[in-house]
Amino acid sequence: MWKEELKPSSMETKKVKKVFVEGAIPPEKIAQSVTNHQSKTNIGAHSIFLGQIRADKIDGKTVAAIEYTAYEEMAEKVFHEIREAAFAKFDITCAHIYHSLGTVKTGELCLFVFTSSAHRKIAIEATNYFVEEIKAKVPIFGKEIFEDETHQWKVNK
Amino acid sequence: MKVTVKYFGLVAEAKGTNEEVLNLTAPTTAHELKLKCLNPLGIMDQESIQVAVNQNLDENIILKDGDEVALLPPFAGG
Repeated sequence: MWKEELKPSSMETKKVKKVFVEGAIPPEKIAQSVTNHQSKTNIGAHSIFLGQIRADKIDGKTVAAIEYTAYEEMAEKVFHEIREAAFAKFDITCAHIYHSLGTVKTGELCLFVFTSSAHRKIAIEATNYFVEEIKAKVPIFGKEIFEDETHQWKVNK
Repeated sequence: MKVTVKYFGLVAEAKGTNEEVLNLTAPTTAHELKLKCLNPLGIMDQESIQVAVNQNLDENIILKDGDEVALLPPFAGG
């Protein structure tokens, strides 16, 4: 269930939110998340980033899926630190991050970042901050599986 | 002195395991342990492998009994 989370109070900031989901993120979750925020009428802008698996062609072979693994304990801690830094840096109402573990096929979603604010610029900047920080700092590893079932390890650029 | 070493991604694949407990007999830095683990694996770009000790990135720290050391290949989230 996609529960509404308000800007954390001092007590709630201690709670580490679960980010990882098994497999692809279903598109319905994005609609559900928007729906969950419609009662929050102090929000004037949502910004959403969706990462989708691309069918890269490498040396004549086509990527069919990415299999994600992570150093989960550290990753959850880093996600939490990024979240705390984002709330300190941007005047956002709420922020949600979901990242896949396991196999995600091409065309499916592996990352969902959703920030909300009174105004658009803050929400857009905050979403960009989350995405860049996640790519740079979170220990997540991706095995690109080709159509012929061979693989190579993905590296963020 | 025992430390737990966790392997991920291409390092776990080369090593054939995700985790092992190593017994260290002399003071060892995280960087030295990384080289000791990676050298037999034939991983060319050792600079690209980061080391976390108890979930904090730090190669220069001297390891203590019970530490959890993780060898982290390049990140690929998002």
